Amino acid sequence: MATHTFKLNGKQISVDAEDNVRLLWVLRDLLGVTGPKYGCALEVCKSCTSHINGKAFNPCSVQVKDIQPADEITTIEGLPATVGKELHPMQQAWLDMDVSQCGYCQPGQIMAAVAKVKQAQAEGRELTEADLDELRNICRCGTYSRIREAIKAGAEDM
Amino acid sequence: MAEHRRSPNQSAEMAADERGRLGRRRVLGYLIAAPTLAVGVTWIANSNDPQTADAAVPTLPQPEQIFDLGDLQNLAAAPTSGLISVQLRTDGTAYFAVPRAEVGQGMTTAIAMMVAEELDLPMDKVSIGLADARPELLMNQLTGGSNSMRSMFLPVRTAAAIARQRLVETAAAQWGTPASNLTTRDGVVSGPTGRTATYGSLAEAAATSTTITVSAELKSRSEFTVLGRPHNRVDAVDIVTGRKQFGMDRQVPNAKPTMVARPPTINGTVKSINNLAAVRAMPGITDVVAISHGVAIRGDTFGQCIDAIQVVDATWGPGTVDNESDATVLAKLRAAQLPMAVPPLLSNTIDAEFVFAFASNSPLEPDCAIADVRPDSAEIWASLKVPIVAQEDIAKQLGLPIHAVKVHVNQAGGSFGRHLFHDVAAEAAEISQKMGKPVKLSWSRTDNFRQGRTHPMCTSRVRVNYLAGNVLSYEQRHTSVQTDFGHGLGEMITSTAAHLPVAGNLSFAETIFTLSQSSPYNFGVTTQLLNEIPLKFNTGSMRNIYSPNVVCAEELVVDRLAAKLGQDPVRFRRNFLRDKRLLAALNKAAEVGEWGKAMPKGMAQGVGLHAEYRGAVAALVEIDCRPETVNRPIPDGVSGPRVTKALIVVDPGFCINPRGLEAQMIGGLQDAIALALTSSLHIKDGIPLEGSWDNYFYTRQWNTPRDVQVLIMPNTSDSPSGAGELAVAPAFAAVACAYARATGTMPTYFPINHGKLGFEPHPLEPSTPQSPTDGLDHTF
Ligand code: FES
Ligand code: FES
Repeated sequence: MATHTFKLNGKQISVDAEDNVRLLWVLRDLLGVTGPKYGCALEVCKSCTSHINGKAFNPCSVQVKDIQPADEITTIEGLPATVGKELHPMQQAWLDMDVSQCGYCQPGQIMAAVAKVKQAQAEGRELTEADLDELRNICRCGTYSRIREAIKAGAEDM
Repeated sequence: MAEHRRSPNQSAEMAADERGRLGRRRVLGYLIAAPTLAVGVTWIANSNDPQTADAAVPTLPQPEQIFDLGDLQNLAAAPTSGLISVQLRTDGTAYFAVPRAEVGQGMTTAIAMMVAEELDLPMDKVSIGLADARPELLMNQLTGGSNSMRSMFLPVRTAAAIARQRLVETAAAQWGTPASNLTTRDGVVSGPTGRTATYGSLAEAAATSTTITVSAELKSRSEFTVLGRPHNRVDAVDIVTGRKQFGMDRQVPNAKPTMVARPPTINGTVKSINNLAAVRAMPGITDVVAISHGVAIRGDTFGQCIDAIQVVDATWGPGTVDNESDATVLAKLRAAQLPMAVPPLLSNTIDAEFVFAFASNSPLEPDCAIADVRPDSAEIWASLKVPIVAQEDIAKQLGLPIHAVKVHVNQAGGSFGRHLFHDVAAEAAEISQKMGKPVKLSWSRTDNFRQGRTHPMCTSRVRVNYLAGNVLSYEQRHTSVQTDFGHGLGEMITSTAAHLPVAGNLSFAETIFTLSQSSPYNFGVTTQLLNEIPLKFNTGSMRNIYSPNVVCAEELVVDRLAAKLGQDPVRFRRNFLRDKRLLAALNKAAEVGEWGKAMPKGMAQGVGLHAEYRGAVAALVEIDCRPETVNRPIPDGVSGPRVTKALIVVDPGFCINPRGLEAQMIGGLQDAIALALTSSLHIKDGIPLEGSWDNYFYTRQWNTPRDVQVLIMPNTSDSPSGAGELAVAPAFAAVACAYARATGTMPTYFPINHGKLGFEPHPLEPSTPQSPTDGLDHTF
């Protein structure tokens, strides 16, 4: 067992874990950070989506040894702090549109949405319907229509 | 045209003499002895739907129209002596423990609205929890059949109204003024001289030391200020901040992650573990034991359980359907189809058969449960829609008295029928007992698809005879692999069978079928019958039991009939519909959805109708089947035809929360699109091939319509219909009909892409595939 260190939601932390344990389990089972959800552990459902250095990724498919001490991991719990507010504009948009049903997918949806909007902004272009079609996050409750509305609204305020 | 039947909700109207002035209804409940104000109400005293079961079964309407599954559940709930209660706390909040599971359908929000309305309390002062298993509530603790809203609507409001009245009386006594001089608003009682008292300040004084019967008046619909207005979900902030605690997130001391290595066929068993020591020696693993259906592994993290599953070498025993594949099941279904009663009329007959593949009802949260089994007691945490049956069964399994087993209900990440059963809780209990330690069991994603419950394969045969512009007979023979109702509905039926308006010795499934299905059309002699074959798949309902398939088959045939009679599908339906509310919904949908507008070749509109749970829905969709759309490239996903636009018009009887209702309609639509076009299980040699969400193609963003609209019709009743399952059937039918019109071919096998396997299956062993390690290559 080795000690791993990285930045988690703004704080440098260290944790003892076998090298190969996927980051999702380190977060959920060892650190008790349960915002990123387990939906498949196969990099498919996207319900674990979080950010590494500001980009969306799936911690269920990254070994903890591949996370470097300088890497900044942001989970849904740490998202508001990235904009210095109580709620990130995307979370607010989610509330305004009353997107959630069971809610299980929604932390991952929001994290993916933020990254998608930033990606378009970085490329200096408007978010398109085709961009939204590319989001792979499953919502088994079928909230897709409101998710699309919320992303468009949230993007306005980002 | 034949006369219109009475609409299903007419029976729900209250008799005039039950109402006082202002159209208010007087209701009964109890003040319960407690330190602060507490009000209890029985289910039976204020049952929402009148119990018309003793009325003779009319010969003409099919049973579903006078008495449906929800009525049955209400009736079965009646004998309970248990009370549901609203408690007022000294901080001014009201607490209500819902004896049902919240799995995403917005029930807690709707119930908070009911309490807020009758108690004149702001929504944020109402707190709703989920009740543990309470055997005294008997079948009231069943969340199924879209019944919750209907059965809770009066009892919850009654409890809140009595609480409000008691607070007013308490203030009146303290101030020496008649109660009629006082008003309530936002959790405050106000008197004539400007005197005020918060509910919290009255909560103790309003309490009683002996339990007494009281009555109060409910508000009439015209006085509502909360009910009927849009409200966002009460748990929305917790959800978007990641704070909402699902079953998977719950921590119980020492309940370590546990998974199971499973055999390669459904319900397979373990003969021997050939490398027990090696599995036990895997990093982080604490315990390994053989259980009924696999090898249970407990460790520090779920990831290490998955690692250990990779190395398990076991000799497996047979499962329950090892020799079955899609084709063998279909052959058995065809052999079991009940005969038609009416012979074909040669050229004036439509005979059609539709096949519906196995489908998975797995929610996004993998099935999970925590169990802490001790020698003389046990504690279980799981998402359970029928917690008291789970408690009883698990007690029996563990050899413990019922009261020694405590069952807590978790918030679940979706259900769709899965949590009617307690398979996972029972397995967690078995593992905890065998290991002698608390466990947090999660089925893996692959387990959920391959070993979890499915909506069974079924066929629907339809024969219609028509002559000179009239339909003479409509017969439908639905044949299904047995649906498991072992979750307690059966007990309800047994106890209430005498009251049922269905004649003869119907099996339980036939009873459910009869109570949930009815054709809304004037099609002459109409019979819809069910037969089931007893194959040992793990089955269950999935956002409805039979309706999506039955209605899809019916509506496709209706479109075909319309074509044979030279009529437009909407006009044909208008001519033959006998359900007034459906007709109104259809007319609205046709108008708003611009029925009949010009569409490019390869695109078409489709319409589907369905009334159930005392609600009525018309769905109108547009589909794009042009090659450039069908063949659009999607990595690791299916493209195929795309529904580009969807309109759902819903008549919910009384609409409690338009926002919540709209959400349920949108969700039902996405299920419908999946059932029609993309999602199914392929059974091969005793197990589904699907093992992940990129195999089981539930609707994804690239399949969903960019234009979705939900229209809610004005209230047609004082009582709410069920909503969670209502949209699936009509939207499924609409998509299927649109597809048939766009392509010129009526689809007969669903989903339409079932014939082509769109993925490379994961191996059967190890039963849970190893997680990838290349996540950092796919950031965006
Ligand atoms: S759990 Fe990570 S993608 Fe599904
Ligand atoms: S809200 Fe339930 S899975 Fe998306």
